Amino acid sequence: MAADQANRLASGGLIDRSASLNFRFDGKSFSGFKGDTLASALVANGVKLVGRSFKYHRPRGILTAGSEEPNALVELRSGARREPNTKATTAELYDGLEAASQNRWPSLNFDVMAVNQLFAPIFVAGFYYKTFMWPAKFWEAIYEPAIRRAAGLGRAAQVSDPDHYDKAWAHCDVVIAGSGPAGLAAALAAGRSGARVILCEEDFVPGGRLLADGGTIDGLPASEWVARTLAELAAMPDVRIMTRTTLFGVYDGGTYGAIERVNDHLPMPPEHQVRQRLWRIVAKRCVVAAGAIERPIVFAGNDTPGVMMASAMRSYISRYAATPAKRIALFTNNEDGWRTAETAIAAGLQVAAVIDARPDVSPAHRSLASKGGFPVLHGSVVGVNGGKNGVRKISVSLTGGARAEVEADGLAVSGGWNPAVGLTSYHRGRPKWRDDIAAFVPDGAPPGMVAAGAANGAFGLGACLREGFEAGAAAARDAGRSGNVGSMPVADDEAFSLTPLWHVAGKGKAFVDQQHDVTASDVELAQREGFESVEHLKRYTTLGMATDQGKTSNVAGLAIMAAVSGKSIPETGTTIYRPPYVPVAIGAFAGHHRDENFHATRLTPSHHWAAEQGAVFVDTGLWKRAQWYPRPGEKDWLESVTREVNAVRSGVGFCDVSTLGKIDVHGPDAGAFLDRVYINAFSSLPVGKARYGLMLREDGIVYDDGTTSRLAEDHYFLTTTTAKAGLVMQHLEFCRQVLFPELDVQLTSVSDQWAQFSIAGPKTRDLLREIVDPAEDLSNEGFPFMGAREVALRGGLKARLFRISFSGEMAFEISVPARYGEAMARNLMIAGKPFGVTPYGTEALGVMRVEKGHVAGPELNGTTTAGDLGLGKMMSTKKDFIGRVMAGREALVAPDRQVVVGIKPVDKARRLRSGAHIIPKGETPGPDNDRGYVTSVCFSPVLDQWIGLGLVERGRERIGEIVHAHDPLRGEDYDVELCNPVFYDPDGGRQRG
Amino acid sequence: MRITCPFCGERELGEFTYLGDAKPQRPVADAGEEAVYDYVYLRDNVAGVMSEHWYHSGGCRAWLKVTRNTLTHEISAVEPAAGAGAAKVGA
Ligand SMILES: [Zn+2]
Repeated sequence: MAADQANRLASGGLIDRSASLNFRFDGKSFSGFKGDTLASALVANGVKLVGRSFKYHRPRGILTAGSEEPNALVELRSGARREPNTKATTAELYDGLEAASQNRWPSLNFDVMAVNQLFAPIFVAGFYYKTFMWPAKFWEAIYEPAIRRAAGLGRAAQVSDPDHYDKAWAHCDVVIAGSGPAGLAAALAAGRSGARVILCEEDFVPGGRLLADGGTIDGLPASEWVARTLAELAAMPDVRIMTRTTLFGVYDGGTYGAIERVNDHLPMPPEHQVRQRLWRIVAKRCVVAAGAIERPIVFAGNDTPGVMMASAMRSYISRYAATPAKRIALFTNNEDGWRTAETAIAAGLQVAAVIDARPDVSPAHRSLASKGGFPVLHGSVVGVNGGKNGVRKISVSLTGGARAEVEADGLAVSGGWNPAVGLTSYHRGRPKWRDDIAAFVPDGAPPGMVAAGAANGAFGLGACLREGFEAGAAAARDAGRSGNVGSMPVADDEAFSLTPLWHVAGKGKAFVDQQHDVTASDVELAQREGFESVEHLKRYTTLGMATDQGKTSNVAGLAIMAAVSGKSIPETGTTIYRPPYVPVAIGAFAGHHRDENFHATRLTPSHHWAAEQGAVFVDTGLWKRAQWYPRPGEKDWLESVTREVNAVRSGVGFCDVSTLGKIDVHGPDAGAFLDRVYINAFSSLPVGKARYGLMLREDGIVYDDGTTSRLAEDHYFLTTTTAKAGLVMQHLEFCRQVLFPELDVQLTSVSDQWAQFSIAGPKTRDLLREIVDPAEDLSNEGFPFMGAREVALRGGLKARLFRISFSGEMAFEISVPARYGEAMARNLMIAGKPFGVTPYGTEALGVMRVEKGHVAGPELNGTTTAGDLGLGKMMSTKKDFIGRVMAGREALVAPDRQVVVGIKPVDKARRLRSGAHIIPKGETPGPDNDRGYVTSVCFSPVLDQWIGLGLVERGRERIGEIVHAHDPLRGEDYDVELCNPVFYDPDGGRQRG
Repeated sequence: MRITCPFCGERELGEFTYLGDAKPQRPVADAGEEAVYDYVYLRDNVAGVMSEHWYHSGGCRAWLKVTRNTLTHEISAVEPAAGAGAAKVGA
C-alpha cells in the first residue's frame, strides 16, 4: 500500500489533488499528486534521507527545489532507461515512477562506506594528486579499486538507450530564457511589438519564483497576473512558450542551444515520439531572465538532511503544499530569507527561531516574531545536531559570544542570491562584483544578448518587471519590430538588505560543494598549499566540477578563498563559465544520427541486384560496395574471390565502379585547365581518347589519380578515386575559382548521374556486341586501347564507352545514366550467359590491380611522390602544374626514397601480410634497419602464391634481392624477394589485344 | 556561426568547408622555390581580423573570401572568389 502523504497540507499548492500518482523510491511505495516533482512528493511523504554523498557517504537530503540541486540525485527508471544523477527536484512525478538512491550499499539507511568518514583525512583536497605519488603497485592494487567502489555518482544503464532523440532548428526575433516576472514581461513587450518570440522555461509550469513567492502585480494576485499574461501571449500567433526546455548555451552568430524534455515526465515516450529534442535556436536578440540562485551559508553540519535553502522551503510549502519540517528554524543574513518565516506561519507551521546574522532586523519582522511567538537570535549557526533522520538541534553563536540552542526539525538557510550569470558569461565574459547585493552580475554579454531581472541583480518584483519589459521592448525594436508595447506591468519593490556571510567557523565538516564533498577546510588547505588562483582551487579541490557545476557552491568557495588569502572577492575572481547550463544527454546531441543512421549510406546503382545475387558488401566511406559474390559450396572468401579472378582472366566478368568520382569539364579552356591540375598534359589528348592522369598537392605529394577522357574539343570527362571524389571536386573548384579565374571552364559533378561498369576479360567484346548497337565498331582498329566515345546501345540508349583496363585484361568501362544502372547489370548477366559472365567484387578488383602493379590507396598514402610510384616520367617539363616546384625539392627526389616495388615470399606457400617491415638480410629488425614496408597484398591465382606491393628504399635498384619481412604485430618473420611490381602480363599485350 | 553566401544567402556553418588564410597568392610559374615554399607553408597566426577561404560545399560550391575576426568569430564581409559562379556566361 502506498504510504499516506503525512506532510501534505490540507489545501493549497499548484497540485492536482484529483490525480493521485503512485511511485516507488528505493523499493518502497508512496503516492503523490500531479504537479509534484519527485522531491516534493518525497517531502510530502516525510522522506528526508535521499542519498549518500560522493566521498564520505554522508547522509544527504533535499537542499533546493530546482536545477541547482547538488544532493538529491537519484537513478530514475530501470533497465535500459535507467538514468543516473537525475535531480529529484526537477523530475516530474508520473504514475509508476521508480527511483533509487545512489552511493549507498547495501541500503540508504545502513551504508558500509560511511566508514569513509573515518578516513576523511585521506580524502582531503588534492587527494587524487597526492595519492598518485604513492608507489604504483599500492595505487593499482589497493587504493584505486577502493576509491572506485567508494566514489561515484550512480550507475549508467550499460545497455543501449531504447529511446529516440530529435534535433531541430528554430528561428525567431527574440529568444527569452526564463518565465519568471522578468521573462514574462519581456515576452509581453516583445510580443506586443510584433516580434517572433520563443520563451524557454525549464520548469513544467511557467511563472518562476512567482509560483512560490506570489506578490501583487497590476493590483492582481501574482497567480492571476500570470494566468492573464499567459492568455495574452497564447493569443499572439508568433509567440511560442516552450516549457520543460532549458536554454543551455549561446554560440556564434546568435545561435542558442536548448534542450526540450519532451517526454521525460512520462514512464516512456508514446509510440513514434521522441524523449528529448535538442533545439538550435537562431535569434536576433536574447533576453536572459534566468533568475538567481539562493546561496547557502557554510557551517558545520550544513549538509544534515533537513537543512534546506530558505526559498526552496517556501517552494515546497507554497507551490507543492508539502512541509519539509514541522518546527522550522531560519538562518539568514538578509531580508528576503524572512519570507520563509512568513510562509511557514501562514501555513500553520511552527517557527522555532530566526537566527539573523545582521545587526538589525526590520520593525515589521520584529513584530512578526512577537506575533508568531518565536525569538530572533542575532548570531550564526555553528553546528547542527542530527543525522540521517534529520535535524534535531541547532547550535547558535550569538553576537557577543554567548551560545544558544534551538530545537527544530528543519533549518532554512539564506545567504543571499547569486544571479544566474552562466549564459551571459559563456563567451569568456567575466561577471562583475556588486557590493550592494554582494553578488556577481553580468558585465556585458555575447552580441545580441542582455540580462534582465534577478539574472541582472535586480531582485525586487517591480524591478524585475520593469527590466524585463524594457529589455523585451528593446530587443523587439532591435529586431525591427515596432508595434505598440502597451503598458508596463507594475509592482512594488521589496526591501533588500544583506550583510555578507559566507562561512561560520565551527567544529565538524562544513560543506561548500555538497555534491563533490568539498569542505571549507579543503579550500583553506588548498590556499595553504599554494593553490590560490580560482582555476587551481577548482581543479585541486574539484569544487564546482560535479554535475551541478557548483551552482550553489562556487561563489561561497571563492569567498572563503578570498578571506583566507586576504583578498577581496572581486580580486579573487571567478572561474571561466562554460556551457551547458544543465547536463544534456549525449543522445540528444546525437539525435537520429546513431547506429545505421550515424551517417548517410550511399548505394551503387546495381546495389539491389547485387543484394539479390547474395553479394557480401563492404563499407567504403559512405558507400556499400559488393566485395565478392559467394556461391553455394564455397568455403571462404578466398575461394570466391579466386573464382571471380579466374573467370575474368579466362572469360569475362563485370564490376560496378560507379563509386568513382566523375566530373564533366566543359569550356574552351578545359584542356589548359587540366594541364595545370595534372602533372601530365591533357590539352594534347585527341578527342575520342582517354589518358591516365596524376594530380599532386601543391607541396609536391601525390593527391589523386584517375582516367580522363576527351569527349569533344571543349568537353572532358574526368574520374577520381572513390575516396577522394568530394575532395578532388573541391580542389578543382578552388583551382578554377581562386587560382585560375581567367580560364573559361566549368566543372559539374556527375558522380551520381552515371552508373559505370568495368567489363573485363578476353570475351569482353563478345559480351559488348550483345549490348551495344551493331553499327558501333568495337574492333581493335575501330575502338583501340584508350579509346573513349559515346556509343548507342541496342534499343537506342546513349552510353559512354571507355577502353581502359585496371585488371590488365582486354576491358571496357561503360557508363549509362544512373537510373539504367540496375537494368545494365541485369542485361549484362543475360547477354553474358553464353560467355559465362561472372560478376566480381572489390576484392577481385584489388587482386587484379596488385597483379598488374597498379597503385591505389595504400600507395597513394599522402607521403609518396610521383617518382615513388614509378610515375616520375609522367611529370611534364613543358608546363606549370600544381605541385611542380615543390616536387623538385631535394628530399622529394632523393635517390634513397622508398619506392613501389613488387614483393613475394621466398617460400611460395607462405602468406604475405600488409604492414610487414622490410629489413636487409642479416640485419637486426628495428627502426635503424627499417627499409620500408608491405603496402598491399593478395593471393594471386595466376602465380598461385601470395604477392604484394611495398614501399622500399631504393626498391627499383634492388629487384632480385632477398630481404627479410619482419611483422612484430603478428609475430612473423620470413624471407621475401623484391621484384618487378607488374606480376602479370608485364608488356601489356592482353589489354591491347 | 552562419555565413551569408552571395549566391545562397545566410546559411549555417555546417554547409561550409574551411580552407584557411586567403592572403597568400600563388606565385607565377618562374617565381622560384623560395616563393612557392612561402606560399605553401608560411601562414600568419592572426588573432583578430583575417581573410579566409571558405567553400560552400553543401550549397552552390562557390569559393568565398570571408573576412572574420578569429577572436570573436564576427564576420564583416563575404565576397565570392574571382571565378565563382557562372560570371563568364554572357559576360
Ligand atoms: Zn552558396
